[in-house]
Order: sequence, then structure tokens, then C-alpha cells
Amino acid sequence: MKVWVIILMFWAGAVMAVEPDEVLDDPVLEQRARDISAGLRCPVCQNESIDESSATIAKDLRLLVRERLTVGDSDDAVVAYIVDRFGEFVLLKPNSRGANLILWFAAPIMFLIALVVGWSVIRRKSGDTDTSLTTEEQARLDQIMRSD
Amino acid sequence: MIAELGHFALVLAFAVALLQMVVPLVGAHKGWRGWMLFAEPAATTQFILTSFAFAALTYAFVVSDFSLRVVWLNSHSAKPMLYKISGVWGNHEGSLLLWILILALFGACAAWFGAGLPQTLKARVLAVQSSISVAFLAFLLLTSNPFLRLETPPFDGQDLNPLLQDPGLAFHPPFLYLGYVGLSMTFSFAVAALIEGRVDAAWGRWVRPWTLAAWLFLTVGIALGSWWAYYELGWGGFWFWDPVENASFMPWLLAAALLHSAIVVEKREALKSWTILLAIMAFGFSLLGTFIVRSGLLTSVHAFANDPERGIYLLAIMGIFTGGALTLYAARAPGMAAKGVFGVVSRESALVLNNILLAVSALVVFIGTIWPLVAEMAFGRVLSVGPPFFDAAFTPFFVAIAIALPIGSMMAWKRGDVVRTTRSLWAVGLLAVALGALAFAIQTGRSALGPIGVILGAWVVFGAALDVWSRTGRGTLTNRMSRLSRLPRADWGKAVSHAGMGITIFGVAAITAWQAEDIRVAQIGDTWTVGIHEFELRGVERAEGPNYVTTMAEVAVKRSGREVAVLFPEKRFYPVAGMPTTEAAIKNGLLRDVYLAMGDAQSNGGWAIRTYIKPFANWIWGGAILMALGGLISLSDRRLRVAAGAQKRAVAVPAE
Repeated sequence: MKVWVIILMFWAGAVMAVEPDEVLDDPVLEQRARDISAGLRCPVCQNESIDESSATIAKDLRLLVRERLTVGDSDDAVVAYIVDRFGEFVLLKPNSRGANLILWFAAPIMFLIALVVGWSVIRRKSGDTDTSLTTEEQARLDQIMRSD
Repeated sequence: MIAELGHFALVLAFAVALLQMVVPLVGAHKGWRGWMLFAEPAATTQFILTSFAFAALTYAFVVSDFSLRVVWLNSHSAKPMLYKISGVWGNHEGSLLLWILILALFGACAAWFGAGLPQTLKARVLAVQSSISVAFLAFLLLTSNPFLRLETPPFDGQDLNPLLQDPGLAFHPPFLYLGYVGLSMTFSFAVAALIEGRVDAAWGRWVRPWTLAAWLFLTVGIALGSWWAYYELGWGGFWFWDPVENASFMPWLLAAALLHSAIVVEKREALKSWTILLAIMAFGFSLLGTFIVRSGLLTSVHAFANDPERGIYLLAIMGIFTGGALTLYAARAPGMAAKGVFGVVSRESALVLNNILLAVSALVVFIGTIWPLVAEMAFGRVLSVGPPFFDAAFTPFFVAIAIALPIGSMMAWKRGDVVRTTRSLWAVGLLAVALGALAFAIQTGRSALGPIGVILGAWVVFGAALDVWSRTGRGTLTNRMSRLSRLPRADWGKAVSHAGMGITIFGVAAITAWQAEDIRVAQIGDTWTVGIHEFELRGVERAEGPNYVTTMAEVAVKRSGREVAVLFPEKRFYPVAGMPTTEAAIKNGLLRDVYLAMGDAQSNGGWAIRTYIKPFANWIWGGAILMALGGLISLSDRRLRVAAGAQKRAVAVPAE
């Protein structure tokens, strides 16, 4: 049953996100609000930003974002304001502090390692000449490949 | 009665699978021909028994036998027939049974069509494949029996989740499973080869059709799921980096890598141990995907089975198979020396780069998916990893793949020449940049994303075209045209798949960069404009469907005063499940989709209406379909060759 509640929450959310009465008159400010909202997670939803969700809390957060923007906060200040109150859980794009360094840099570092290893192995191998088949093996291979 | 027979068939299948796991393995070790041959009829029997069980469950859904618990929980007598049938796999027990059926189907196919395989290898492949059957049949019978009866059968069922009552989603799981489970075949080949202790060009050729098939089914399955999300969820998103989507995307990336590295094994007898490792990892990620979906560990909307017992069992299966295979790999892989030698600049190296990039992309997805769990358990930090992370961390690697693809795919085998390859491609590059500049000039706004998408997409698509054209060699135009039609299907498959990827890249960039959105309260008779389209809300009415009630708006779409479409976005309510859904109304187009979604009635009498213009949306799935089609073309080539080789080999190489 719990599952259904979660599904219900999610899908009720999917029906309608930003509602017409929330939209700010200033299109530039509204666009900034949308961009910020897309990066903030709705605290009670599964993997949904406040921009997509219609849970009550998501609506409250959207209004809060717009309120801070109209007061004159910068984008970063608005995000910091929300994170101060709800924790880093609401950030859909985690910061790169502390252990999160692993999240951000494991793949790029792995990529560099793989490049270096791949390059050096290929280079070393391509220098080798004595990797050819024995005549017996070659005959067997030919037999298999000939059957094309 | 039929349900009990189905249950019994499953138990029999389990017994057969046990025998099929042990007998051929012993036979192959001892060189007993009869024991090895046992695998083939066993695989066929296993398939027949599981098909019977599946048919029995389907029958229960079709006749709405609510004395079965699964049917009662997931069906309803008023549901349309298509969804009664798709309800069979729209739940944990049934989808697991489908998983096992497909597993048995692949095993049986290997038995039927694997005539060319050496006897010991074939026996071992079928035994390993059957060991997976044993694990999953035990899982099904012990923890998730679909044939469980209710003591007092209720009058009617609880209905399938309305969101799953959709043609796109009816066929999404079977395709995905064909892909997941198809990778079990490459896994079995890899483990069998490790037991045999030999991997050669012939092995590469045998394993490739299975990888291709698995990859193309995964492609179709993922595309169907993404398309479903696009029109069903009501805001036109097509990819959410949801854990469950990631669970299918990781095996796809690794299967794509495996597909390419198996070519090197086949053509050049190099990268053998890496290919074996990839085959193990690809299936490992399939199991991980099954685990994520079935355990509900990383909860998301897809996780309809939150049962810790099942989760632990699946984790054990994953641990035993992946861990066991990796141990075997560690013991045996060092003995597999590469035969083929190649230079640093060569097609082989390009394929190594392809593999590195695809594997690292899969790593990004993997880390992002499990990081919330790791961070909470190891570092006590409760955090989220969402789309902005994946967009930032994943995109660079895929851009690199797109840049390298046309150059790598035209590089010569063994010893290539970057200067010569790029010289033939400069016209393609120029064309791509010109198209990108054109896109930059006509777009509104100064975003770089759209034009970059155009450049990358065009570079890959025209690169693929040049690749296939260059295969025709030199000569007059007519000569080359006639050679073009005689090219091996694998060449065509390669070009079509690569072009498909270019198209998808372009589609994703275009829709992300150029979509337009409008949210408003509209009264009946109101008109509004988004981009070059005008809209008019003509009316709203309530109606009844077979198992839902709907509120439907009628919106006219006009372009420069001329009516181009009338759309009917709906809000449905399914009373049995007690769930609302949005049915977006979409006018599909080559250049753009017009997408309307309906919201709630407002207190002042109007209706909330969202209007989206989604440029080039269909190109995303069109590209995916092309990728799968390319796989199919390539597969038809391979299969012919494998079958052709088989007949002769049976004579040339008697039982070893």
C-alpha cells in the first residue's frame, strides 16, 4: 500500500507543476525562477524537481524562490537560502565538497587512467613482433575462418 | 486447475534446469559425448515448460480469475483485453516469470541454432545459461509464486496502475527484458570460454549476434519507455535520469561497448580478456538493474515490489554470478594473450577509445545512481543526485564519442593514418559547422547548445554516409553505386546505427535548447499564441471511457490563420485505482510537436492549460529506431555467416 501512496504522490505531482497564478510578471525574473526550481528537489517526491512537482511543499518552495528573487537576491543566494533550511538533500546537483569529490571526479580520473594505460599497452604491444601464431595454430585458425 | 498445472510446470522446469546445469558440465569435463548432448533436449524442455507456465498465467489474466492473488491485485474485469494481457508482466511475479521465459527462450535458441559451436563449448554455454535459470526459478518459486491462490476469491480485481495501461508501456518491459536477458547469453559464452580456457576469433564471431540482439532489444525497450514518458507524464520530458532508467541505460552502454570490442576479437584476435570482462560486467549490470527495479532499494515510481527478502535474494544472485565469474576471470584471463598486433593509430585503437568512453559513461551513470546510498551509509550525508548532475557529468563523454566516431569508423585496421582519414572527412566537418552556423543565425537567443547539437549530429550522420560511400572504393559513379548495393549488410548496419545515433544526439540537443512553453488559465473561447502557432479553447466536456472518466478540452491549433489541427488534451480519473492521469494531446510533426496538457479547473471557471512547442522531438526516437534497425541489418548478415560456417565446421571439426 505504501507503494501506492508514493506512486500517487508522484503522479498527482505529474499532473501539473508550475501553476498559472505563480508566474511572475517579469519574464527575466520568471526565467531565473524556473532555472533555479529545476535544480531543487521536491523534498517529499521521488526524483522530481520543485519545477515539475505539484506537491504542496513544492508549490511553497516555488513561491519562496520567487519571493527571494523579487526581494533582489542573486541566484546563488536563493539556493543557499533554501539549502540552509532544507539541507543539501534538495540540491539535485550535489556540490563538490568533501566526499562528493568522488562523485564528480571518479569518472574523469578513470578516463584519464584508462587513456594512459590503453595508450601505453597498445604502444608496447605494437612494438612487439613475436606474437604471431605457431604454424599449427595458424592452420587451425585458417580452417575455422575459411568456413565462412 | 490450469494455475496449478502452471505451478507444477515451473517446478518441473526447475528440476530440468538443475540437471541441465550439472550434466553437460560434467560431460564436457570428462569428454562424455552423451552427457554433453543432454543439454540440447533439456534446453528445449525447459523452454516448453516455462512457456506453459507463462501461458497458464496469461490465461488466468484473460479470464479474470480473481482467485489468483496476482490477478486480483493487478487486473479488473472491465479492463480492455490488451491491458489484461500486459497486466501479466505489469507486476513483480509476472514480470519475473517473463524474465525466466525469455531466459529459457535464449537458452533454447542457443541449442537450436548453435549447430556450429564446438561440442564442449556448446555444452558449457547451455549449462551456465541454465545455472541462471536455476537461480531465478528458485527465486520465483520461493519468494514470488505467481500462482498463489486466495482462500476466498474476491468479486473483482484492484486494477492495474492506470499509468501502465498504455500501449507504449505494454510492450516496454518485454523488450527491455529481451535485452537484459539477452546479455545472459554473452555472459554464458564468456564464462564457458573461461572454463574452456580459450578465446579466439571464432568465439568473437559466435558471441556477436547475441550481443547485437540484446543491444537492439534494449535500444527499442529504452526508446519505448522514453516515448511513453514523453506523452504520458504531461510535461513532455523524455529522460529523467531516474534510477530505473539508469538501470537499463548502463547495460545498454556496456552492450554497445561489447558489440564493438567483439569486432576486434573477431577480426584481429585482440582485446580478448577485455571483451570477456565486458561480457561479464554487462550482464552484471543487467542483474543490478533487475535488483534495483525489484528491490525498491532506490525507490522510484517503477519499484512496485518493496520487499527486503526479495531484495536480499536478488543481491545474492547478483553477488554469486558476477563475483563467481570475476573470480574465474582473474584466474583464467592472464592466459589469453592477444594475437593480433596493431599500431597506436588504427581502427583497433579507435575501438579501444570507443570502449573507454562508453565504459566511463556507464561509470558516471553508475556512480550517480548509487551515490545517494553510498553518501548516506558511508559519510552520513543525505543528498540527491538528479538530472543536473548527469547532464553535466555525462554529456562531455558523449560529445567526445560523437566527435571521435566518424574518424574512428573510417580508420584503417592495424595501422591507420589520422591525416589521411581526416582529409577525407574535412568536407563533412565543414558541412556540419556550416549547418551549425545556420542554426545559430536563425535561432532566437544566443544559446550554444542547439548549434552544437546540429554540428555534432550532422558530423556523425554525414560521417556515417561518407563511411559507407568510401567502402565502394574507386571508379565511376555507376560502378560505385552498384557496389554500394552489394556491400555486406554489416557495413550498412554500421552506417545506419551510427547515423541513428547522430540523429538522436541532434534531437536531444534541439528539444533541450529550443522548446517553448506557455502556462495559462484559459476560459472557453480564449485564444493565445506560442511561437508561430495560435490556440483557441473551444470547449471542455466530461465523458466516460471503459474504466475511467475523463475531462476533455477541445483546442484548435492555427498557423497564420489556417487551422492545422484540433487537439483534445484529457485529464482522466480511474475510480478503481483511485488515480488521476494526464493524457497529453500531441500534434506530431517532422520539425516540431505541438503538445497540450490539461490542468485543473480554476475557481474562476477557467482551466489551467500548458502549451509546449517541442522542436524535433520525434528525431530522438527516430534516431533510436534507426540504431536498432542498423543492429537488425547487421544481425541478418551475421546470422547468415554463422549458419553458413556452421555446416562446414561440423564436418571439419569433430568433437574435441
